[in-house]
Amino acid sequence: MLRFTVRRLLQAVPTLFVLSILVFAWLRLLPGGPATALLGDKATPERVAAMNEVLGLDDPLYVQYFGFLGRILTGDFGNSLITGDPVMEEVSWAFPATLELSVAAMFLAVLFGIPMGYIAARFRGRFLDNATVVTTLVGVAVPVFFLGFLLKYIFTQEMSLLPPSGRQDVLIDATRVTGIATLDGLLTGEFDATWDAMLHLILPAVALASIPFAVIVRITRASVLDVQGEDFVRTANSKGLTTQIVRKRHVLRNALLPVSTTIGLQTGLLMSGAVLTEKVFAWGGLGTLLEQAIQQRDYPRLQGLILLFATVFVLVNLLVDLSYAIIDPRVRVR
Amino acid sequence: MALLDVRDLSVVFKRKGTRPFTAVDGVSFSVEPGQTVGLVGESGSGKSVTSLAIMGLLRKRGAEIGGSVTFEDTELLTLSDKQLRDRRGRDLGMVFQDPLSSLNPVITIGLQITEVLERHRGMSRKEARVEAAELLDRVGLPDPQRRIDEYPHQLSGGMRQRVLIAIALACRPKLLIADEPTTALDVTIQAQILSLLSELVSETDTALIMITHDLGIVAGLCDDVNVMYGGRIVERAQRHDLFDRSRHPYTHGLLQSIPRLDAPRGEPLTPIRGSVSDNIEWEQGCAFAPRCPNATDVCWSEPPELKADDGRMLRCHNPVAIGDAVTEGAL
Ligand SMILES: Nc1ncnc2c1ncn2[C@@H]1O[C@H](COP(=O)(O)OP(=O)(O)OP(=O)(O)O)[C@@H](O)[C@H]1O
Ligand code: SF4
Ligand SMILES: [Mg+2]
Repeated sequence: MLRFTVRRLLQAVPTLFVLSILVFAWLRLLPGGPATALLGDKATPERVAAMNEVLGLDDPLYVQYFGFLGRILTGDFGNSLITGDPVMEEVSWAFPATLELSVAAMFLAVLFGIPMGYIAARFRGRFLDNATVVTTLVGVAVPVFFLGFLLKYIFTQEMSLLPPSGRQDVLIDATRVTGIATLDGLLTGEFDATWDAMLHLILPAVALASIPFAVIVRITRASVLDVQGEDFVRTANSKGLTTQIVRKRHVLRNALLPVSTTIGLQTGLLMSGAVLTEKVFAWGGLGTLLEQAIQQRDYPRLQGLILLFATVFVLVNLLVDLSYAIIDPRVRVR
Repeated sequence: MALLDVRDLSVVFKRKGTRPFTAVDGVSFSVEPGQTVGLVGESGSGKSVTSLAIMGLLRKRGAEIGGSVTFEDTELLTLSDKQLRDRRGRDLGMVFQDPLSSLNPVITIGLQITEVLERHRGMSRKEARVEAAELLDRVGLPDPQRRIDEYPHQLSGGMRQRVLIAIALACRPKLLIADEPTTALDVTIQAQILSLLSELVSETDTALIMITHDLGIVAGLCDDVNVMYGGRIVERAQRHDLFDRSRHPYTHGLLQSIPRLDAPRGEPLTPIRGSVSDNIEWEQGCAFAPRCPNATDVCWSEPPELKADDGRMLRCHNPVAIGDAVTEGAL
């Protein structure tokens, strides 16, 4: 298992390497060249010349690339054109917010998705199953931002149950430790801050969870139905095992394999949903940074965000592979 | 008293939008304690469905099961799911055709054996593990202490089938049903598995229902043989009666289509012409009529009954004449 983990980690390196080459090439293909891209259209010729010096544009490409690689490895992504602050700082400030939202959404999606998919499969063709299938169809079809607005309307405007936007009440003077608001309150003992952050988190997390939830339900359902018909389930029944053991040990364990792949893919896709959700709920995470960066062609910031998203994606898939290997011994030996 | 008594068993598959399909049609036979009974027939003749119905493993939905299956005075067909689970694996064991797909790929073979010991013999995990290693040793798995922690994909086909046999026999059942246990294996392994099976059942005095389409297997193993065709038993006889002089044209044809060592060189095998798809409905006449060399008009209009004849049970209007046996000394 350890060897498998190490091997997978090492396999992630080339992926990130290729990605860095792509980003490097992308900056070089932009109109006006990388210096203009990194400094903005309004940069003075002197600054462009100075930047060219830093980038070493007269050097051979591979020297330029290793310079670039060295800078990103040391966390130097340049300064944002919009704020002038180092991209690294901006991103590490906003990242915890997006992380919190994404993890919460994925947690909800998995927590409710797998049991619902399983129940739908067990009551296949009956009311509960049909209701689930319809619900998930809606879940996949409804745009995230629409669901966001709808939830906001119901739970804040109509029922006044939950806060409409933001991550924390401004009146709460919470200490920032990790930047994950729900966690920080626990770490510092400011439980009211955690509670408040949780209330803020519910609606955006639910909105963001809708698509992965629906997909997980459907895959779980299909997978359980599939596995139920397998020969080894018949063997398990022929042994007279209790239904609980047959379901848990024989059906569910095998049925979870495709589900874990799905969870990984959905986590990757979550980022696009997060941008929209953050907008609806004024969440102020990476989504805001990304939106501004695209609108104002802030290439240094875009470069940083792209590399961050890609790294997260690679790491998530690594986790998926590991979970796969935990469930399925056939993967481990290969 | 018979250990297992199957009376008039029928299984009708009903699915919306399709015609009901009778896979098993009034099948009756019994198994004495310790006896080995063969269930023979071509693919699709209803052998597996019969065994699954006995074990209570057919999905209730879409399958209508009739008749009775009595095991030691208990009617199995009316037992609740829970009562059935108490007996399956303990009193009745089953070995399936495809050893790879019949084992759970994601848990160790050790657990797949211990779980049945824990369930029926009240063993602790530890005791069960010791017993499981012993069982693996008994079914001839080399190095059981190491193998016990391996997964099915790490074993060869023959070893997997040995594991399935160990599972089925773990609680020393009184009846073992083996549904084509060697079909998926190499020829050399087939013989090993068969001799292992017959050794184990005779050692422990376990009754065995051997399901196969291979008459050669039956010849070496079974006391009584039931030949099925189109969901019905068409001939039942003791092994020697069947092989020395088969009376039903279908059995006769089956025996003639087996290659024999003592046959004169160059003598062609005579396979049964046509295929199961030519069958007519039993209600109409004899399902085998379209393929039968002995068929006469009555075969097309009147279903034959299963009747005692010549020391056996026979379902045929024009059985093969006594003395017309070509299979003398075969196999
Ligand atoms: N669940 C089911 N629903 C509908 N038809 C079925 C079902 N299971 C089996 N059948 C049909 O019942 C018939 C008998 O099948 P069965 O599996 O008992 O044959 P078999 O004698 O075991 O053949 P084989 O040698 O191929 O295993 C076949 O025609 C099969 O298509
Ligand atoms: S009843 Fe007729 S068709 Fe059927 S097996 Fe006998 S002779 Fe052949
Ligand atoms: Mg079969």
